[in-house]
Amino acid sequence: MIEQIRTSLFHLLLIAALAGLYFILPEYHSGVLARVMVLAVYAMGYNLLFGYTGLLSLGHALFFAAGMYGLGMAMQHLDLSSSLGILAGLITALIVSAVIGFLALRTSGVAFMIVTLMFAQAGYLTILWAGEYTRGDEGFVIQQSQRVLSGIDLSDAGNRYFAALVLFAICLFIIGWIVCSGFGKTLVAIRENEERARMLGYNVQRHKWLAVIASGVISGAAGAAYALLFGYVGATFATVQYSIFPLLYVLLGGAGTTIGPLIGTVFMFYLIDFSSELTNAYLLVAGVALILLTLFAPQGLAGELRKRVMPWLP
Amino acid sequence: MAAVTLLSTKGLTKQYAGLTAVSNVDFELPAGQIRALIGPNGAGKSTFVGMLSGRIESTSGTVRFDNRDITTLPAHRRIAAGMAYTFQITSIFSALSVHENVALAARRASSRAVNRRVTDALDRVNMTDRQKHIASDLSYGHQRLLEIAMGLVQQPKLFILDEPTQGLSTSEIESFIQLIKSLAGDTTILLIEHNMDVVMAAADYITVLNFGEVLAEGTVEEIRNNQEVQRAYLGTSHA
Repeated sequence: MIEQIRTSLFHLLLIAALAGLYFILPEYHSGVLARVMVLAVYAMGYNLLFGYTGLLSLGHALFFAAGMYGLGMAMQHLDLSSSLGILAGLITALIVSAVIGFLALRTSGVAFMIVTLMFAQAGYLTILWAGEYTRGDEGFVIQQSQRVLSGIDLSDAGNRYFAALVLFAICLFIIGWIVCSGFGKTLVAIRENEERARMLGYNVQRHKWLAVIASGVISGAAGAAYALLFGYVGATFATVQYSIFPLLYVLLGGAGTTIGPLIGTVFMFYLIDFSSELTNAYLLVAGVALILLTLFAPQGLAGELRKRVMPWLP
Repeated sequence: MAAVTLLSTKGLTKQYAGLTAVSNVDFELPAGQIRALIGPNGAGKSTFVGMLSGRIESTSGTVRFDNRDITTLPAHRRIAAGMAYTFQITSIFSALSVHENVALAARRASSRAVNRRVTDALDRVNMTDRQKHIASDLSYGHQRLLEIAMGLVQQPKLFILDEPTQGLSTSEIESFIQLIKSLAGDTTILLIEHNMDVVMAAADYITVLNFGEVLAEGTVEEIRNNQEVQRAYLGTSHA
């Protein structure tokens, strides 16, 4: 109970700080932060599976894209409103993750990584194949007139920032609640010692499946929000690269911490931003920074924080 | 007064690619008993227990537990039906605290009064003062005790202990025997054990396995005097 309250308070403070930042930051940076918050939600979904349950998926772009195309196609072809579009995105992600989870969880370890990667590739190729409707690589734009949610114009920078913040806050509280619940603790138990968890009487397979679904739906929510806030749906978001991003964000920020994904996403975004100002070989700078971090903070930034100063960090 | 049978097997058999590890074992365990399962290395003890707990699938035969046929149930459902199991090689959540290790076991059984039940279980193995320690920082003996506490907190109908005293010091073994005896009446215990002193001191009744078959069953005294058992252990025909 105390743990629940402390976690919620901590998250509340973080959200208040993010809200305050909008009024302090110059426009460019608040724009970046809006995008970062949406991607951080994606990383939070990924973290639930990777950081808490110990399942390394290389195919999360499929769930992100499921949310994105679920919303995009529904709005483009069925002329649905934004709110129904979001619902369509969430339902698509739910169905896709339930099916993929059911199939992929017949494997474990490296095989799980490969199977998720293959499914995501199949998803990407399907988007290209159905180019007549999805516009393939080129993608399509969601018109500004459509990007209105209960009367609020989401193409406006300020509205967009706070819409991203609301999504981020909802997901942070959901994750915080899951992590403190018996369900979340069982996921950690599975990560730590699957056989012991099974021999304590937990239905490991079912827990993993539910974790894939929760993770997939949160990732899908990020995909749908990305499409709605930034007005573009494209096959790039279904590529392998977008499966690797959340893994990097989470590793850098701290796997198995609630704030790690946000920290990792901010860090990665600005690392590339700054290094590309310095040199054309910005990926080299980014690479060196990543190597240094893995050497000196193997548990990620929030992981180190937890280890050194804040052992209570959720 | 006939005791109620808690666990029984009929014709339980396990074959590994032609090798019969456990052959046609009929076994009955009355509720409340402390039963030791002994036998030389390779006698099939672990395979047999694996089939009881569901970790190993049987080739043929049936297992009944608490008046129901559990032969086809997966391991986690057998545990949920009232078995607890400690591994031969200590298996705990090393990165988590002692408290959380036991709490994980407690929560599965019931979500009520978890903290109190955890403290009670740790109290029984004298580890209440180590609740906040990370499990991997514990000594080997304490890790074994922690695993026993994880079993106790589930208040199992049947507690299966696979070689619990392996690697414990003499004084730790002494307190382990006391602990087992203190559980008599609360729960039924199936103890797979190599250490004969522990078996003689703790068990009510003994089953001896040899080459995958039941060689003998009886009280401590009967088994001690059984010629066949002596031969099986000493490996000579003129014991």
